[in-house]
Amino acid sequence: MKILVLIGNVPDTTTKIKFNADKTAFDTNGVQWIINPWDELALTRAMELKETPGSGVESVTVANVGKQDTEATLRKALAIGADKAIRVDSEPKDAFFVASQLAQVAKGYDLVFAGIEASDYNGSAVGGMLAEMIGIQSVSGVSNLQIEGSKAKLVREIEGGSQTVSLDFPLLAIVQKGIAKEPRIPAMRGIMMARTKPLEVITPVDTDIRVSFASFDLPPAKAACKKFTEDQVNQLVHALRDEAKVL
Amino acid sequence: MSVLIFVDNTEGKIKKAGFELASYGAALAKQAGENAIAVSLGKVESDELQKLGNYGITKVLTADDARFASLDNQASAKAIAAAANQTGSKIILLAHNNFGKAIAPRLAVKLQAGLVSNVVGLPVSLDPFKVNKHVFTGKAIGHAVIHTPVKVLTLSYNSFGLVENKVNVTFEAFDPGLTNADFGLIIEQTQTVSGKILLSEAEIVVAGGRGMKGPENWSGLEELASVLGAATACSRPVSDEGWRPHSEHVGQTGKIIAPNLYFAFGISGAIQHLGGVSGSKVIVAVNKDPEAPIFEAADYGIVGDALKVIPEMIAAVKEIKG
Amino acid sequence: MNFAFTEEQLMIQQAARDYAQRELIQDVLERDASCEFPHRHVKALAELGFMGMMVDPAYDGGGLDAVSYVLAMEEISKVDASTSVIMSVNNSLVCYGINAFCTHEQKEKYLKPLARGEKLGAFLLSEPEAGSDATSQRTIAEDKGDYYLVNGTKNWITNANSASYYVLIAQTDPSKKHKGITAFIVEKDSPGITLGPHEDKMGMRSSDTHAVMFNDVKVPKANRIGEEGFGFTFAMKVLEGGRIGIAAQALGIASGALERAVAYSKERKAFGTAIANHQAIAFKLADMAVKVENARNLCLKAAWLKDQGKPYGVASAMAKQYAADIAMEVTTEAVQIHGGYGYVKEYHVERLMREAKLTQIYEGTSEVQKIIISRDLIK
Repeated sequence: MKILVLIGNVPDTTTKIKFNADKTAFDTNGVQWIINPWDELALTRAMELKETPGSGVESVTVANVGKQDTEATLRKALAIGADKAIRVDSEPKDAFFVASQLAQVAKGYDLVFAGIEASDYNGSAVGGMLAEMIGIQSVSGVSNLQIEGSKAKLVREIEGGSQTVSLDFPLLAIVQKGIAKEPRIPAMRGIMMARTKPLEVITPVDTDIRVSFASFDLPPAKAACKKFTEDQVNQLVHALRDEAKVL
Repeated sequence: MSVLIFVDNTEGKIKKAGFELASYGAALAKQAGENAIAVSLGKVESDELQKLGNYGITKVLTADDARFASLDNQASAKAIAAAANQTGSKIILLAHNNFGKAIAPRLAVKLQAGLVSNVVGLPVSLDPFKVNKHVFTGKAIGHAVIHTPVKVLTLSYNSFGLVENKVNVTFEAFDPGLTNADFGLIIEQTQTVSGKILLSEAEIVVAGGRGMKGPENWSGLEELASVLGAATACSRPVSDEGWRPHSEHVGQTGKIIAPNLYFAFGISGAIQHLGGVSGSKVIVAVNKDPEAPIFEAADYGIVGDALKVIPEMIAAVKEIKG
Repeated sequence: MNFAFTEEQLMIQQAARDYAQRELIQDVLERDASCEFPHRHVKALAELGFMGMMVDPAYDGGGLDAVSYVLAMEEISKVDASTSVIMSVNNSLVCYGINAFCTHEQKEKYLKPLARGEKLGAFLLSEPEAGSDATSQRTIAEDKGDYYLVNGTKNWITNANSASYYVLIAQTDPSKKHKGITAFIVEKDSPGITLGPHEDKMGMRSSDTHAVMFNDVKVPKANRIGEEGFGFTFAMKVLEGGRIGIAAQALGIASGALERAVAYSKERKAFGTAIANHQAIAFKLADMAVKVENARNLCLKAAWLKDQGKPYGVASAMAKQYAADIAMEVTTEAVQIHGGYGYVKEYHVERLMREAKLTQIYEGTSEVQKIIISRDLIK
């Protein structure tokens, strides 16, 4: 069994969001880049599966679409334990573009992991598009995945609960929180070995841009918080009913 | 020409997100000078479908096929694509819920459409097609432009609201022409959360953080949730500690919610937490630390001990609810 | 000159930061109160490879450079100096000495489990009558043919109870004074070893510090490190490197306090604005930041010299003296900036201040470091 984990390179979740002067692009100055949190959990689960005796997982590959400056993120994935990395050498222009690039490399894997969304543009699209392009089944909102013989058993979140489903490989699992307890911290040995592992660079294919961003805005500043003391719980509740009209 | 709205159902019932999407779709159809047509997959009671007429839907395509109950995103995407082709729809709308998120990307590929997910508000312009969406987990708004003739949008929950607009609605049976091979998913077990208000669709959410001190103190919070008709939630440290299940974690890497009213008890308001709740209409913070960042995001606040405030709030809410 | 870190060094720093901010922070206050030894964390840090970072990979170590070690020590110490001193003693006092000066057989037996962090080590030099003056050892190791017979008492021993292996410095020939000092590896469960009570310390309270008493303890000859009389040179070499660890620890305590002071002064308001906007606070923060940056540069310089194979004893003395002294200053100011909140345990800075104090005292007081530095100037 071969596993592929899609890796997004996103700003650290504590980043203060700023845009350039004409508000047409995210200001990357001073930004620290990380593995997209859901992708990192997916990778952690992939490693757990590989380490499970009898799971039959022979390799875990990671892939992203990005320029050379995203290789640090891929090498972190290698440090965590992935066996091989693939980078499609292009700016990730939109979800369709990214999925089209990944479709070049995603064939031949039994199990592909994607995060439920990326923490930057929140598209929730790449995994599903890729599954459609390469013609494999996908399950979204996955919070647990076990390999049971020739089938995958997954738990997915649905409106109003959760559901255990099973299906055959190949399969693309779009994962959310819970798929692994916490992202794995790379061990020293893994960090030192990362550079010795293969990192393949692939030329992008031509693809139309379907969606772009004309500009961005920060949400309007909130009015100051109306503060009450511990003894004024009643007043607060009345304000919620009479002033805010939400009770 | 028409705007096609995929209204999903949970065991035959349409949820609020479905009616909100219908309202949005009707408004968008009006803006574009087109008809608002809904498509429904699976067994749905006819009086449920009838309700779509209350929100401006003039026609509903119904694929009354029990196999859709498995919520198979491949089969559903195929069916919706067939409906879009049959109706000649150039704009297809889905809810930005678990199911909508699963279907929309497949649908966009099938229809060679541009997809914008997590949309807020009606398009700013139709040509070019420009629409706003949440980016950076609610920390900014992006003005997205779709360049393709066909557009797929998923609507952010509770961002548009219900708009009543009673029209005559007609129904038309629709056969998407699927075979059993299209339904690959085998459902082994379904665990539904019953008797509880779901976090994803709650109008009011009551959340607790580390300031709640321990899982044993959640009974007060649950009682408050029950008198308010609210769902319960928690911050990341609380779910990491195992005080509450991961499914209750709201924040950047947990659930993103946008209720009308959000209570944060003993939550300091780390930037990652705020990212997940900043879409809430009104935020109430209760925290001992007057400098906690949650107060920057809150509309109302109490500087005090959450464990003391909760019982008083239960009493106060009971009083106004009579 | 090149101030850039390698990708690996940055990853190691991040790994240490993630562990500290995710795990150590969760129970650091409780352990400070209860003095409970952080077994869980030591095990986890060992699995990540933080307990034998610089040991030769042939003996199950990480084979990392001293710069990486400084980066990791700073991150762990920002949150929890009790855990970082356990790490520092194991890495730079115990593993370093064995890695550099022991035989292959000794390394196979003792270094491997230490480097993997499965076993912990302690370094036994200080005595009731010999702290800063390491030349006057009263612990005697008497040559009995096949073994040495050890008698005496060692004081202030970090990891004394949790360690399995001791690196012991003792006198084999009192007539030769410091040239009669010899180093040994002693297994803690050897008959005749007893521990004094757990020292109730001001800070670093969840590391275990005890006196260790030797009463007719037999140490096999095979456990002697180098020749007889090598012990003093051995101890001084080990301490040169150990100082880098404690300097980095002091640096971490200071930079942790600075981070907390910056965050607090941006949040806390007085006279209608965040206190960070008041010059009285802003200038304090600037002074603290300069001190922390200087300390960091001294630590990294000493580590870099070590990595280059150049002499680093004076550089590590400068780093340790300066970082320890500014850690005391910076943590005191951090408490001041926090006002009343700074004086209560929940806000961490008073604990950092208590921890900082020890860095001026152990592994060579600030005064001893100044002796080293000044002697080098006037030699």
